[in-house]
Amino acid sequence: MRRTPFYPFHKEAGARLIDFGGWEMPVQYTGILEEHAACRNHVGLFDVSHMGEVWFRGPKAMDAVSHLVTNDVKKLALGQAMYTAMCNERGGIVDDLIVYNVAPEEVLICVNAANRDKDYNWMVSHNPFGVDIVNESDFWAQLAIQGRHAEALLQTLTDVPLAGIKNYWFASGTVAGIEGCIIARTGYTGEDGFEVFLPAGAADILWPAIQKAGEPFKLANIGLGARDTLRLEMKYCLYGNDINDDTTPLEGGLAWVTKLDKGEFIGRDPILAQKAAGVPKRLVGLVVEGRIARPHSPIVVNGAVVGEVTSGTRSPSVGLNLAIGYVPSNLAAVGTAVEVDIRGTLAAAKVAKTPFYTRPY
Amino acid sequence: MSYPAHYKYTDQHEWLSIEGDVATVGITHHAQDALGDIVHVELPAVGKTFAQGKSACEVESVKAVSDVYAPISGTITEVNGALDGNEAVINSDPHGGGWLFKIRITNPSELGALLDAAAYEAVAAH
Repeated sequence: MRRTPFYPFHKEAGARLIDFGGWEMPVQYTGILEEHAACRNHVGLFDVSHMGEVWFRGPKAMDAVSHLVTNDVKKLALGQAMYTAMCNERGGIVDDLIVYNVAPEEVLICVNAANRDKDYNWMVSHNPFGVDIVNESDFWAQLAIQGRHAEALLQTLTDVPLAGIKNYWFASGTVAGIEGCIIARTGYTGEDGFEVFLPAGAADILWPAIQKAGEPFKLANIGLGARDTLRLEMKYCLYGNDINDDTTPLEGGLAWVTKLDKGEFIGRDPILAQKAAGVPKRLVGLVVEGRIARPHSPIVVNGAVVGEVTSGTRSPSVGLNLAIGYVPSNLAAVGTAVEVDIRGTLAAAKVAKTPFYTRPY
Repeated sequence: MSYPAHYKYTDQHEWLSIEGDVATVGITHHAQDALGDIVHVELPAVGKTFAQGKSACEVESVKAVSDVYAPISGTITEVNGALDGNEAVINSDPHGGGWLFKIRITNPSELGALLDAAAYEAVAAH
């Protein structure tokens, strides 16, 4: 299994490690509920170094990216980032990712860990502008610092004025003496927070520095278990569970990052055709009564299976059984009653407004 | 955490505390630790009869659901209603307050195959 540069710290902290898409990653340090609460109430630290970093360089770098992704990345100012989908020729989602406009002729794309090689291969084989595309994933480490105290904590380690970085903007600078970091106000938790890219070789410096700086802020290390419950409360997609190569952005709730009028991009025509013909299914949030739905639990209406749950858990913050799943578009309206077949027992469920959680500050 | 010496155990990570013809059943420390934070339990109905090895109830953590099998054949006489909304007791006190159900033993000959604490500790350590 592959390991991130922070692996020794996870071992030392007594984390429980699991195989996550070929990566030996911490699923929990002290317990999922405790870690979830720490992120919601204080601040949490996540090792997300398994994510991939692909750089596009050249005069047409952003044109090349725009050709690949659904969102209108050409509108990005320098120092601005954007969430988007990258689609195949059928309009299916190759990956969901974040595009960073780092410098003129220099664009960073952060991709999902499990898709690092798939995405890179897709990008270099769909590069009509002939820009330099370099997979630097092994040279970068990444930490997410998420929670209401994230800014105050991180500010103790950098001179970059963090209050000036708006949501989905970023700055380059020095963190804990480590030069060449990228500090982005992004995250996957629904809290305020940052994701810091750093040279992988400096991981040994940053981890202990953040631990020490985090003490007054009740910093907790957060594993993949709570990362999943935090993102699920926001209905943030998990690639491979909620969206995949066969789901379109319109089906997966990503129409808001799909700009069909921005001009050509891979997958635009089939997505336009689907929009015209009608989107057959939609990813919705569900609140399930009594029991916890799990991935692949069938969604049932009048005894017939109409869809499937893609993610589900007991929500630590909201206190309800939450799920995400696909239903036919005519059943996607908030308030629609359905049932979920949970290991042979039907549980009542309702399509719910999302995100399920809203931060209180 | 130690495994009470006066309990019996199964290789499916359940414990039994036997008094007369009734066994109190729960999951072991090892099982709760492997599951993580427990947030939901589907307890069996009182009066329901189970054959040994059949799924009698479900214990769910944030991440996963796990069957609890009837460690012996019998009829459910009582379930731990105090767990409702307080499932974390199974994590904090798995061999005591975290008990799941009581079952009236119908086939005492099944008891012989249960593990003692030392044998179970070897299973749990494996």
